[in-house]
Amino acid sequence: MKAGGRGKLGGTRLHLVTPVWNRSTRGIRGLSRAVGPEGSQKKGRSLLQFLADRFYDVQALREYLLRKQVLTVHQKNRFQGKEWIRSNARGHFPLDFVTFQAVPVEAVDASGCAINYQGLDSLLALKELQSLWLQRCPHVDDWCLSRLHPLANSLQELSLAGCPRISERGLACLHHLQNLRRLDISDLPAVSNPGLTQILVEEMLPSCEVLGADWAQGLKSGPEEQSRDTASPIPA
Amino acid sequence: AHDGKTVGRLGEGNQNGKLSEIKKKIQSVLPGGAWNPLYNTSHLPPEHSDVVIVGGGVIGLSVAYWLKRLEKRRGAIRVLVVERDHTYSRASTVLSVGGIRQQFSVPENIQLSLFSIEFLRNINEYLAVVDDPPLDIQFNPAGYLLLASEKGAAVMESNVKVQRQEGAKVCLMSPEQLRNKFPWINTEGVALASYGMEHEGWFDPWCLLQGLRRKVQSMGVLFCHGEVTRFVSSSSHAVTTSGEEVTLKRIHEVHVKRDHSLEYQPVECAIVINAAGAWSGQIAELAGVGKGPPGTLQGTRLPVELRKRYVYFWHCPQGPGLETPFVIDASGAYFRREGLGNNYLGGCSPTEEEEPDPGNLEVDHDFFQNKVWPPLAQRVPAFETLKVRNAWAGYYDYNTFDQNGVVGPHPLVVNMYFATGFSGHGLQQAPAVGRAVAEMVLDGHFQTINLSPFLFNRFYLGVKVQEHNII
Repeated sequence: MKAGGRGKLGGTRLHLVTPVWNRSTRGIRGLSRAVGPEGSQKKGRSLLQFLADRFYDVQALREYLLRKQVLTVHQKNRFQGKEWIRSNARGHFPLDFVTFQAVPVEAVDASGCAINYQGLDSLLALKELQSLWLQRCPHVDDWCLSRLHPLANSLQELSLAGCPRISERGLACLHHLQNLRRLDISDLPAVSNPGLTQILVEEMLPSCEVLGADWAQGLKSGPEEQSRDTASPIPA
Repeated sequence: AHDGKTVGRLGEGNQNGKLSEIKKKIQSVLPGGAWNPLYNTSHLPPEHSDVVIVGGGVIGLSVAYWLKRLEKRRGAIRVLVVERDHTYSRASTVLSVGGIRQQFSVPENIQLSLFSIEFLRNINEYLAVVDDPPLDIQFNPAGYLLLASEKGAAVMESNVKVQRQEGAKVCLMSPEQLRNKFPWINTEGVALASYGMEHEGWFDPWCLLQGLRRKVQSMGVLFCHGEVTRFVSSSSHAVTTSGEEVTLKRIHEVHVKRDHSLEYQPVECAIVINAAGAWSGQIAELAGVGKGPPGTLQGTRLPVELRKRYVYFWHCPQGPGLETPFVIDASGAYFRREGLGNNYLGGCSPTEEEEPDPGNLEVDHDFFQNKVWPPLAQRVPAFETLKVRNAWAGYYDYNTFDQNGVVGPHPLVVNMYFATGFSGHGLQQAPAVGRAVAEMVLDGHFQTINLSPFLFNRFYLGVKVQEHNII
């Protein structure tokens, strides 16, 4: 998919919002509606849509191109002093991105990315990273967490919510991150005892606010709640 | 009709005996008799095997895995693993504390450990078996913390330099930094500490063993539950360049005896791998290693002995928390966290004079009271109140020469390869050692990691590769 071709890139402003692929789009047609249409593009798109309605080949081609795009890493970055930079509809970044090479990266949102142990190399080179979001990353596991210690000086916020491979053993190596102020460890299915783990992590990182499982979850209900349950009849 | 009786009247007594013998034999061959040449031998190992690995622990299975993985053509090598104890009740592998570290003083040990941690990280790519669930070795990446007193500080610094050169991620900490990081440590007497940041921790050795077992079985390695009782070898004489005569031996057969039975099977083999762990010395003696005048190469025995080590499991409610690394004190006592419930595992290696009798695996609880608890309680004041819940003992395959492994062929018994003598750090080096031995067998030299300092020759030449950081 080349940058030239149809229509201009949607401006080089720094706060473009991408269409969110996995939620609001239903097939190709939903996708084309989600992209904020610029004037010149609208006619071309409705023609393509018409063709896609009529011919299976065109529809299959659009689906294939969509799948190819979705497979590219969908990283959003925020630079110091600026707003979030996200890729546009085609997965491209605005052209003046290259001028930001010297500006340190402050926050990285890699949620849902298929980043793995080797992929973290690129993140660890960011010496001034303050905020790292790794929510729902399917390949981030305990080994990856043990690699995060070079970011100890700058990292203040870390989110690991929903990562299926992280267990309490990996959380133990977060104690290197002494500047951490916000840590999100909610919804980790591989952690065997979420309530106890939350308490232990809070003890390990005293100056950090740990968001996670409610520690009371998993405890048996008290006597007054129990009597309430038995008192109310089962609704018919 | 002519029968024995008629002939007997005519012939001599001798002939009578022989003929009745022949008659008995004929009777036994006929149906209903006792002779049965085609009996079921499926419980016995095969009669021929290219490689026989004596010992089915993590080292033996690792060698089997890499032999099958590096063979040039699929199915080229037939491997047989002989293990005497199929429940692994006395095997060092499963009784181990399960730690893996790169903080050694010998560069080869560091390389072996780095290779092994990479193997463990990608264990499901190496040991994947179709339709079987993936392995979870429960790795805790908490790192090792080695403490040194004034005396050992200089050695620790030079060791850390070597470790960093090889690629280990280790940092040095002063007592003050140590207090900031781990407030539960009492730094009195500690001059320097080295802390492994990555690639160090502990894991579940049983899972690794089962994963290897499952994988090598799927690759076609045969297992035999039996004991090696005899090696049948042939000798040939050769003359060295200096005119000395040496006797080269070649093992042709391995007699494998079944448990609780007198049945044995002579397995014809080309190569024997001694991975019998703590009992490697006995296997080497069977093969004739060390039978000769002392001071000669023939008379150099394999210096691997059984040494008993205790591991204690205790609970301490106010003990150190989730961030606790594997702590090794300057006195040699060590401990690590186990689970989330304030439980800890630990122990200490006894001095030479206090070595317990390795005849059995009974635990000496006084040893904990007198030798393990005082240094640990001094180092971690919270351990003054603790309660021992459990304890067990296991064997080290202790190399009395220099406490490092023996890898590679024997110079005189030309087809016996050693993979033993790791003195407590065998589990963490097993994947790499397996690869090294397989490369030696298949290619004749080491390729990924050069383990020539660990060959058998050093016992005769007196060249020690002393490992200082053993626990």
